[in-house]
Amino acid sequence: MEQLFDLALFNSALRMLTPILLAALGGALCARVGLFNVGLEGLMLIGAFSAIVGNHYFGNTGAAIAFSIGCVSLFALLFAYLCIHLRANVIVVGIAMNLLAAGLTTFSLRTLFNVKGAYYNKDMVGLPKWEIPLIKDIPVVGDILSGHSPLVYLAIVLVGAMWYYFYRTIGGFRFLAAGDNPLAARSLGIQVRRYQYGAMLACGVLCALAGAQLSLGQVTMFTEGMTAGRGFIALVATMLGQSGPLGVAAASLLFGLMDAFSIRLQGFAMPSHFTQMVPYAVTIAAMFFFKNKEFVKDAQSSGTSSR
Amino acid sequence: MLLKMEGISKNYGDVRANRQIDYDLKPGEVHAIVGENGAGKTTLMRILYGMEQPSSGTIRIGGREVRFADPKDAIAHGIGMVHQHFMLFQNFTVAENIVIGKEPGKLRFDRKAAIAQVEALSEKYGIRVDPRARIVDCPLGVQQRVEILKVLYQGAEIIILDEPTGVLTPLEVGELLEAIRTLTKQGKSFILISHKLNEVMSAADRITVLRDGEVTGVLEASRTSIEELSRLMVGRPLAAMDKQPALPKDKVLEVKELSVLGSGSKPAVDSVSLHVRAGEIVGIAGISGNGQSELLQAISGLIKPAGGTVALLGADVTGKSAREFRNAGLAHIPEDRYVWGASKSATVAETGTMGHQRKLGKLGFLQGRIVKARVSEWIKQYAIKAGSPDNETQNLSGGNLQKLIVAREIAQQTPFLIAAEPTRGVDIGAMETIHEQLLRKRDAGGAILLVSSELSEILKLSDRILVMYEGKIVGELQEGDATEEKLSLLMVGGKRNG
Repeated sequence: MEQLFDLALFNSALRMLTPILLAALGGALCARVGLFNVGLEGLMLIGAFSAIVGNHYFGNTGAAIAFSIGCVSLFALLFAYLCIHLRANVIVVGIAMNLLAAGLTTFSLRTLFNVKGAYYNKDMVGLPKWEIPLIKDIPVVGDILSGHSPLVYLAIVLVGAMWYYFYRTIGGFRFLAAGDNPLAARSLGIQVRRYQYGAMLACGVLCALAGAQLSLGQVTMFTEGMTAGRGFIALVATMLGQSGPLGVAAASLLFGLMDAFSIRLQGFAMPSHFTQMVPYAVTIAAMFFFKNKEFVKDAQSSGTSSR
Repeated sequence: MLLKMEGISKNYGDVRANRQIDYDLKPGEVHAIVGENGAGKTTLMRILYGMEQPSSGTIRIGGREVRFADPKDAIAHGIGMVHQHFMLFQNFTVAENIVIGKEPGKLRFDRKAAIAQVEALSEKYGIRVDPRARIVDCPLGVQQRVEILKVLYQGAEIIILDEPTGVLTPLEVGELLEAIRTLTKQGKSFILISHKLNEVMSAADRITVLRDGEVTGVLEASRTSIEELSRLMVGRPLAAMDKQPALPKDKVLEVKELSVLGSGSKPAVDSVSLHVRAGEIVGIAGISGNGQSELLQAISGLIKPAGGTVALLGADVTGKSAREFRNAGLAHIPEDRYVWGASKSATVAETGTMGHQRKLGKLGFLQGRIVKARVSEWIKQYAIKAGSPDNETQNLSGGNLQKLIVAREIAQQTPFLIAAEPTRGVDIGAMETIHEQLLRKRDAGGAILLVSSELSEILKLSDRILVMYEGKIVGELQEGDATEEKLSLLMVGGKRNG
């Protein structure tokens, strides 16, 4: 068992949870204004791909991430326009977005790089690993916390920032109000649509970062469908965490740990197809504990609340 | 004059919702607007609150002409509105609900200051609330106080109350009227929109009556009567209801020791026994939330009881499906028309067909022509403003939808009818029609179980009255000796009577 649990496991869990956490925070923002975003997976995939494209053309991770944010934001805006202005069903648009992302990235991969399945180039630079001064010298804690990509730290900071925004600022208070009762918010002159667009756009940015962490942070390559359902796991994390930043972080930690665990299990002569099942099995198990049906209601009422 | 609206007209296409309406309000005055559904009350208030623009006419506040592009403008000019359906955030606290839109603090929301300000406000106007309580945990009466404090916090001098007593218990109505009196003494003015004439008479100084978008009278409350007001509202004198003594025959519904589990440890319905005979109307009075809803749902087969039996015409139907209940001789005017009574996105013809579909079909196909003919007939008979039978149900006003459901359920011609809140949100003209139909059904030998939170309705229609309190029947009164006082006392668990 000692080989099963060690510090490196937690270290890799932190790396694994980052894309899930970033996307789940985006999902939480959307859920809080009545847009149940099932398109996290697609947005994340576009983020991962465009980060690689940006990296290929600009040769710089900062520019790559900026490019990725730009691309995903475009899709998020399209998503928002369809749901908010044209009052399309959020779930349907979300699924369409996922299918579009899968097709578009595969197609673009072939046209831009002339490869099938995966694109890898040894000249591409991945995200830097930050050694945190002071903390890296602390035993145990340093081993776990230090030496990650900046996005890992950003994700953790964003949890706190979102908590502060929601529960301590006037803007966040109105944001929550707009989601809690859009009709009442409108009667007070609160621009509900503006908050909905804001949430969707912020979700796009977060999904872009999540994708970039996948394609530039863990490995430096893109493979077709590389998000592998992480967007849906993020969706479950959103629900399990009741769309609160802290709850979402805790749920993401669980899933990140399971992700890391499944890789570790492969070293134990277990068939890899079996071990890869672990995070998803845990997701399904988690759904059993998730008895709060409010989200079903939210999803159903999202059509009306976006009016 | 604090507020003066002159020559206000509003057209929606060909429909003239408001025609040349004049209305004014003095400081410290309660000036009520009464009228039937569709008379133009709501349109006029939406114009005053900046939610609609008038087609013509002017609004002056303190002598200066104003134009409101949206509710924010109206709020800035000291107009506050308490909507019929409260505009509250259920998961937020009372203080948060009151200060929203004008929160203390710059970027950071200073919740401590918010609580202090709400406490000061509540003290100043003598309206008691707990600033820390969450809205979900507050009864409706308290929620309304929160709404009033909210508009006061926004600096309102003119407060519009839209159908304020619809959801309140008699006790809460008393408290509301008291609060209105206190506030007018401090110089606040009220526009009271209502169709409950007795409340208008006791609260208002002046009353403007609207009919079909026009003012048909402006009256001093001290110099008018409910009869005069209803005549101006409906446009004709109301016929005095002709109610013959009941001639009850055999038992149609027999409920024995019926229990329904509640959400907490207490049962929602606690071994209730009752019966309804053919040719009588049995009324159930009670403050809403004392088990009436659950009782009705168990009697109509919508939920399964935890114990006891329900028999219709001698056949035991306990635990059967709603369809089997209906087949055994039940029709049901449900208490919440949107939850149980209609589908918002269905057409009027479809909503009117629900429950009749098996009788109107042929080989499993509905025959559109027959369906539409039937529904059109009801539309005429009940004067339902439905446009065409192909209109969507959600475009009907609440009162018109209610009439459609009543027509549909009475047309079932079953021996037993449950009428739950049959006239909720319905104006007096329609109420007259519905009451008449219920009585006619009774006289034809129907058994009717009437549940209503309106005591006046219970007293007017019932031959026998049962009072429910905390899931139990706590009293039974005969038509002759039931009074509003006796019922009110029983409704709050005051005295047990058998």
